[in-house]
Amino acid sequence: MKFLLQRLAFYLVTAWAAITINFLIPRLMPGDPVQALIARFQGQLDTNAIDSLKALFGLDKKQSLWQQYTDYWAHLFHGDLGLSFTFFPTPVSEVIAQSLPWTLALVGITTLISFLLGTGIGVFTGWRRGSWMDSLLPVTTFISSIPYFWLGLIAISLFAVKWPLFPADGGYDNSLVPAFDWPFISSALYHGVLPGFTIVLSAVAGWILGMRNMMVTVSSEDYVMVAQAKGLSERRVMFGYAARNAILPNISGFALSLGFIVGGTLLVEMVFSYPGIGYQLFQGVGAKDYPLMQGIFLIITLSVLAANLLADILYMLLDPRTRREA
Amino acid sequence: MSEPVLTISGLNVDYGTGADAVYALRDIDLTLHRGEVLGLAGESGSGKSTLAYAVTRLLSPPGVITGGQVHYHQRDGRALDLLALSAAELRAFRWQELSIVFQGAMNSLNPVYTVHNQLTDVLQAHRPEMKKADRTARARELLSLVGISPDRLGAYPHQLSGGMRQRVMIAMALALEPEIVIMDEPTTALDVVMQRQILRQLVRLREELGFSVVFITHDISLLIEFSDRIAIMYGGRIVEQAGASEIYRDPRHPYSAGLLHSFPALHGPRRELSGIPGSPPHLSSMPSGCAFHPRCAKKVEGCDTHVPVLAAPDADGSRSVACWLHHEAPAPAARA
Repeated sequence: MKFLLQRLAFYLVTAWAAITINFLIPRLMPGDPVQALIARFQGQLDTNAIDSLKALFGLDKKQSLWQQYTDYWAHLFHGDLGLSFTFFPTPVSEVIAQSLPWTLALVGITTLISFLLGTGIGVFTGWRRGSWMDSLLPVTTFISSIPYFWLGLIAISLFAVKWPLFPADGGYDNSLVPAFDWPFISSALYHGVLPGFTIVLSAVAGWILGMRNMMVTVSSEDYVMVAQAKGLSERRVMFGYAARNAILPNISGFALSLGFIVGGTLLVEMVFSYPGIGYQLFQGVGAKDYPLMQGIFLIITLSVLAANLLADILYMLLDPRTRREA
Repeated sequence: MSEPVLTISGLNVDYGTGADAVYALRDIDLTLHRGEVLGLAGESGSGKSTLAYAVTRLLSPPGVITGGQVHYHQRDGRALDLLALSAAELRAFRWQELSIVFQGAMNSLNPVYTVHNQLTDVLQAHRPEMKKADRTARARELLSLVGISPDRLGAYPHQLSGGMRQRVMIAMALALEPEIVIMDEPTTALDVVMQRQILRQLVRLREELGFSVVFITHDISLLIEFSDRIAIMYGGRIVEQAGASEIYRDPRHPYSAGLLHSFPALHGPRRELSGIPGSPPHLSSMPSGCAFHPRCAKKVEGCDTHVPVLAAPDADGSRSVACWLHHEAPAPAARA
């Protein structure tokens, strides 16, 4: 428990530092958002509009940096991340709220699937090394070494164009109104198949390889030999002794990869024009949409931290050696 | 001498197959009698541990048993051919009849499970009818048997000292009251005080429970103190086999004599310590004839061409030795 509180305090400090840096970076860059907007409208704004924009962004008050900083925190706690330029005048929080669930669902589910699938295959290939299953490894490694966007484009050209089994882009059928009903959900699932499949295909090899190698290492540990000598069932030795210990590095890898769900899917969402947060970030960067970028970076930072905390907790639960004695 | 409980005859083990195979064990004949402590001594690489693993069929690839027989004799007189057991029969045999305390006892416990979990899972596997509370009670009993307080049952291996972990392993080996316990260098990683303590305990437990022990170590002084009979291994063969005191007083094989002279005696006249010159042979380049002849001070003609056979040097046949000094000079027809 003490350990947990320590970790929690550590992550709070890290979060504070990350948010502060997040606050500072745009302000240290030359220019301000109003100038960016003026440039965007190519000077076709009159002075009144510029003044009201300045008022809108709070740039008319000539506040000190400290004042801005405290205001920033106050806004953060209200969930106010400012207004997006690209989707002006939609608030950033709304843009994120619209795109985040898509990314979370698509990448969250596929990350979970590739972890479970890869780890499962890894357990068996590691335990029965030398069997036909070993030939899976070069195949999956080859697939994972293909650049993702190319794999995505090939998948589109094959399964959406040549054999039009799946839609090539989008997150759902545009003729439907987003709602929690069966037509919409089934359409979303249908649109998610191709991007999801390519993600799993490219990610699964890493899990297989990691798990297999740990299985091979752990299988030669003395306690696995003891478990066999004890006459335990093969299942118990394989899962209870070998895999139970071999999975530890994979578990922390999995928890960490959860943190990158939010930020690490730019390519998928670009290739498939998927309405997720990576695609928004891409648009935000293109349009110098600082509030949006800041907001998305904040979400990414927080989710990476949360994933790290999760990794710590999982490890503590799974490996008694990391639990500190009171 | 009492009836045999384990007989090994003509056991051959290779590492690797085909042309790359190296001989790890050659023509091992060994009998373990009920209730005795059989010591198995030899330098590193002489095949002691390989023998233990081969008997329990725990050899991991590339180790292969290429010949010979291992029989376990049940109390009702029936013999069980260990090398012919099916996977399920083997699982049932292991630990129930023969348990092992491994060389790397420090790492023999699974770090993520409690002592309780690891003591009871073997009970669960072999006595599925046993109730949970009974299993726990048995685990507590086992811990107190080896002198550990039963409240350490909930401890994880990393919370125990090396000596305690070793005792937990011994307790685990006795969980099903097997007929045979193989101890593969059980105390090598411990300090001498702890060694004695654990071995004394073991001797006491053996007297109480009446199991047989195969005690493997390179420390021949320990063997002389704790075992009834000693077999000395060199280069994958047994070179001498005799009662512990016979080996101590009158080693017949020059290698046994060399081992005995490489540690100081506390009692009796002072002797000069003389190690054995050279180093043990590598399995892939075993010398021809007697494997020991390049290091032997007493070698005679024929030692380098003819493999000596393990046979009784005296008429009474209570001991055996594989050395040409004690048998007739190799005839040209003898096996090469």
